Amino acid sequence: MNTPRALTQHDIDAEIAAEHAAYEKRLAGGAPVEHHPRRDYAPYRSSALRHPKRPLVAIDVSRDPELVELASPAFGERDITETDHDLTRQHTGEPIGERITVSGRLLDRAGRPVRGQLIEIWQANAAGRYAHQREQHDAPLDPNFTGVGRTLTDAEGRYHFTTIQPGPYPWRNHVGAWRPAHLHFSVFGAAFTQRLVTQMYFPNDPLFPYDPILQSVTDDAARQRLVAAYDHSLSVPEFSLGYHWDIVLDGPAATWLEEGR
Amino acid sequence: MTQATDAAEGVLPTPSHTVGPFYGYALPFPGGGDIAPVGHPDAITVQGYVRDGAGAPLPDAVVELWGPDRDGTLPRVDGSMRRDPATGGHLGRNGVEFTGWGRVQTDANGHWYARTVRPGTRGRNAPYLSVCVFARGLLVHLFTRVYVPDGAATAHALASDPLLARLDPARRDTLVAREQGDGTYRFDIRLQGEGETVFLEFT
Repeated sequence: MNTPRALTQHDIDAEIAAEHAAYEKRLAGGAPVEHHPRRDYAPYRSSALRHPKRPLVAIDVSRDPELVELASPAFGERDITETDHDLTRQHTGEPIGERITVSGRLLDRAGRPVRGQLIEIWQANAAGRYAHQREQHDAPLDPNFTGVGRTLTDAEGRYHFTTIQPGPYPWRNHVGAWRPAHLHFSVFGAAFTQRLVTQMYFPNDPLFPYDPILQSVTDDAARQRLVAAYDHSLSVPEFSLGYHWDIVLDGPAATWLEEGR
Repeated sequence: MTQATDAAEGVLPTPSHTVGPFYGYALPFPGGGDIAPVGHPDAITVQGYVRDGAGAPLPDAVVELWGPDRDGTLPRVDGSMRRDPATGGHLGRNGVEFTGWGRVQTDANGHWYARTVRPGTRGRNAPYLSVCVFARGLLVHLFTRVYVPDGAATAHALASDPLLARLDPARRDTLVAREQGDGTYRFDIRLQGEGETVFLEFT
């Protein structure tokens, strides 16, 4: 019996290039800019059986102010604790790694701040290991770092986390697959239609071109919006390096609802 | 990254990414699916499986539910994931207030369930819960709806619902939960293939 040849980075590179070329061709043909990945992005193998093949059914929210999706669940001070935004203070000891400060604003497509909404983050530790039992990477766990944070945006839509620079880690999409270092973000907007789960990357990571998850965002400018900027004004002297990353929620909001909460 | 703007499009959106496989110690919280207040007379249970294009259950999907109370009012109540300021742990909901929102993770069999309040009617819409599905392999979350029938009381509303009326009958049924008795409903989510669930985009 023939064993199928193992999928290499070279194979994935060729698929990524083909997807990118296909997108450029669509653009040149007058198709709209694609700000989000297509759900059927072959280089990310796990997407193959997990994307719908039927077109989504569009709902024009401007025709019905009663839609459940135009409101959003509420979160408040009792849903977070004082140390949730500081992932370096959640255990008795100091976690290992380079401390970082990550801050930015949560905005809607009109540039308005989204106030008092929940931002959740999770991440690998400095060695590239998640505190998850199914994680197979044999890098060490850090007893002083879990890698989960939560916060509410303030009156200007700002959020602020202190954490540890996560490490890159291997995964099994193909032989030699490594994820660039990233933070996972889960965000709520003023409407449930604006719900967003995404990942924030760090500038100048050499793994970017090889990663089918980041490259699933085929638009170059859109992909760049997933990369935080080093911001020296956010760095805390003798403590942490600062990164700035604004989050802009897509999806329609009800303009007749009170903004924020 | 500072915000990028485009004259025609306004502020450009942050792209979506998959939730990945390792959210399990971050997103789920105790009592995430126990949305109905304790002893609520209009509590219902919704349960089902999330399956992929081969019919295999997903052991790593997250389902979020958001819906109104029995009167059709959407709550503005926080406290879904109340925390303990002393230990940093989870207190869970208080069992009294209704927040309308819950989050559940499929188990190793791909099964999920939630107990919530039977949704009321809003405008011309039949009673439904909004559903948002996340999973490893799913690069952008998917929205769908669980329409909750209640015998003759909802027959007219279901027949005249603006979304359901637009769908071909075979696909329409993927959005209507099946009554199993005792206030329990079955709602499976099929991401792809035979019986593929109707997924929505809001414009």
